[in-house]
Amino acid sequence: MDVRLGIALLLAAAVAGGASVPGPALAERGVAVGSKAFAESWILGDALAAAMREAGVSDVAHRRNLGGTEIVLQALRSGNVDVYPEYTGTVQEVVLHAPRALSPPEMRAALARIGLGMSEPLGFDDSYAIAVTPEAARRYGLRALSDLAAHPEVRVGLTHEFLGRADGFPGLAARYGLSRHNVTGIQHELAYAAMASGKIDATDIYTTDAQIERMHLVVLRDDRAFFPRYDAVWLYRLDLARREPRAMAAMRRLTGTIDQARMIRANARVVLGGAESPAAAESLLAEISGPGAPVTTAASEARAARIARNTVQHLKLVLLSLIAAVLIGVPLGVAAARSRWIGGPVLAATGLAQTIPSLALLAMLIPLLGIGILPALVALFLYSLLPIVRNTYVGLTTIPPPLIESAACLPLSARAQLTRIRLPLASPAILAGIRTSAVINVGSATLAALIGAGGLGEPILSGIQLRRNDLILEGAIPAALLALLVERAFDLADRVAVPKGLRLAAGAGAKRGRRGADSSKIEGESTPEAHHDPDAPIERNP
Amino acid sequence: MPDPPDRPDPADPVELEGVVKKFGEATALDVPRLAVGERTTLALVGPSGCGKSTLLRLVVGLLVPDRGVVRVGGAVMGPSTRPAILPRIGYVIQEGGLFPHLTAGANVTIAAEDRGWPRERREKRLLELLELTQMPRALLARYPAELSGGQRQRVALMRALMLDPEVVLLDEPLAALDPMIRADLQRDLRAVFERLHKTVLFVTHDVAEAATIGDEMVLMRAGRIVQRGAFRDLIDRPADPFVTAFLTAQRGAAWT
Repeated sequence: MDVRLGIALLLAAAVAGGASVPGPALAERGVAVGSKAFAESWILGDALAAAMREAGVSDVAHRRNLGGTEIVLQALRSGNVDVYPEYTGTVQEVVLHAPRALSPPEMRAALARIGLGMSEPLGFDDSYAIAVTPEAARRYGLRALSDLAAHPEVRVGLTHEFLGRADGFPGLAARYGLSRHNVTGIQHELAYAAMASGKIDATDIYTTDAQIERMHLVVLRDDRAFFPRYDAVWLYRLDLARREPRAMAAMRRLTGTIDQARMIRANARVVLGGAESPAAAESLLAEISGPGAPVTTAASEARAARIARNTVQHLKLVLLSLIAAVLIGVPLGVAAARSRWIGGPVLAATGLAQTIPSLALLAMLIPLLGIGILPALVALFLYSLLPIVRNTYVGLTTIPPPLIESAACLPLSARAQLTRIRLPLASPAILAGIRTSAVINVGSATLAALIGAGGLGEPILSGIQLRRNDLILEGAIPAALLALLVERAFDLADRVAVPKGLRLAAGAGAKRGRRGADSSKIEGESTPEAHHDPDAPIERNP
Repeated sequence: MPDPPDRPDPADPVELEGVVKKFGEATALDVPRLAVGERTTLALVGPSGCGKSTLLRLVVGLLVPDRGVVRVGGAVMGPSTRPAILPRIGYVIQEGGLFPHLTAGANVTIAAEDRGWPRERREKRLLELLELTQMPRALLARYPAELSGGQRQRVALMRALMLDPEVVLLDEPLAALDPMIRADLQRDLRAVFERLHKTVLFVTHDVAEAATIGDEMVLMRAGRIVQRGAFRDLIDRPADPFVTAFLTAQRGAAWT
């Protein structure tokens, strides 16, 4: 039970095909704990990582915020993480696609076939439930889910994952005879805000949700026993037992120790109390071990250091992907401009890459490249290609024919025509394309945090989960400043990289009013008539 | 169509034989024969759309004839021979076609540089051309946008002459200039061509300019040559009423 970002099912189809492809085992040494993008998952991940360190595992990494189930599951199967907290209902529905309820031994047998293991339950059940505002409960007399069927006027806002999964709204509606009328999709954290402001009356929640008590929500009784159990468990790679028995011992130490009340308290510390997840995990471990037990967790970072680290990582993502896109995109644009047979397919392919939704692209890349910086770079690279290829192509194909003909008739060699004449003349357009890609990349790179590549998306993601604007701004402000910085950098680059004569010509052109306002971007917009007798048709000949 | 064999010498520097060029259905050019001898400056005159620019573009190989052959220095212009022929032609396109991102000097020398001429040889040739066109050396550091129209034309001419070609083609070299500068430049061009001793073909729609610069002129109409001869011949012995009509139409504007 997961995915408060509501993306897993959107991606399921895309990922299912590549699910059995073994990925690169990046976590050769040490143990990597994964977690999904919500507070409970972080806390459990931090607690397990700390327990492993206590058990003597030397190199423990916690890769938090790995999107929804599909992404963290791919990371587990490809060996990029070794273990993460999961829920039995999700294992059955999303991991195994089981058509019926499975017993724990049946689940373990099915998981073993794909190299995975499932621990004993941690001790709490984080099931789905439908909660309504106290006002709506009073007004409509809502106590149980069957009451909901009698009141189609109740406004229900559901997470996208809940709307999509079979054990979510479709099954619920069938069991209780609910209408789809007045049901809308909404992001989980936003649903609370919508309920607080009276925009919706009901939403799907998790039974360990810290907001239930805070907002006095009424959890509707599942009187027809629709929802399966969502017992929290560790989902791990079977090879971990062989490789690092101490990690297994740490996992076992936490099973059966975290009950509903403990988990709700830990969640509340983070979501309502503003504590960092590692600190909440520390308290949780202390409760389990009794007072006075030594607890070692990773020290939490100062905000300034965190901003610096995220910004550097973000810049790295943007620059590396951009450099690769320039090195590949400009030659592709040159090839596209040279021949229609190359140009058509190249422009179509780069255009197609642009239309793949970014989350879908990331999910598709995980089976091939795992998680972390590499798939993020590849995705950003693919998104950067189109503006660079297209602008290179347009820049080269809109050079005034007299200049092309002069170069050919001088004569200049094919190489000199390209490097000395055509590319410099197209440079304003090419640079404009690179600039577009760079600015888009600064924004797109925030999504890289979903697959563990870090960057400024990390605080944004956490901020959305925790409804903490300070965290959102901690990512959003540096990202906006970075975008401005990129713009400034390209203003300077324009001065350096665009030949002086072109800038003079563009200036003179603007004064004469013969060229458009964007002549500094794309040179050579003037019509052939300006250079030719009307009686001299242009024919390109070898 | 297989290339016809090159004619035995003595070949004229520029020859057209049975050349037909069509754009779609329309015949843009139909020239049974035209030969331009050594050290001749020939003006191609005629109204807009008469095919004079097309003729020039056929000679430099930017267009390929549908029928017939174009020879330059005795060699048939074709896809395989063009690379070897082009260095022997200097071509000044309409409005000069100077590269806006290169200085005037770089515009002039880029072809020689590309062909691997050593620096001293380029420098020597540049000095000759500066002297020929009477350009101040300092202007070579400027970009085309920083030059006047007349200066740009001189740079374009220098660029065309850099490799010392046998044939020089100019397409409306002075069309974009204002009348005063134009008159000066016509005299200068005439002087340059007299010193060059090269075969020159230039296109103009202006009869006075053709008479000033050219040794003789070819008057064209609708893709065909109407008459070829010196200016006086065309006045005294017009081959066709069109000749007189065309000359008279420009009389008021250009003659004093």
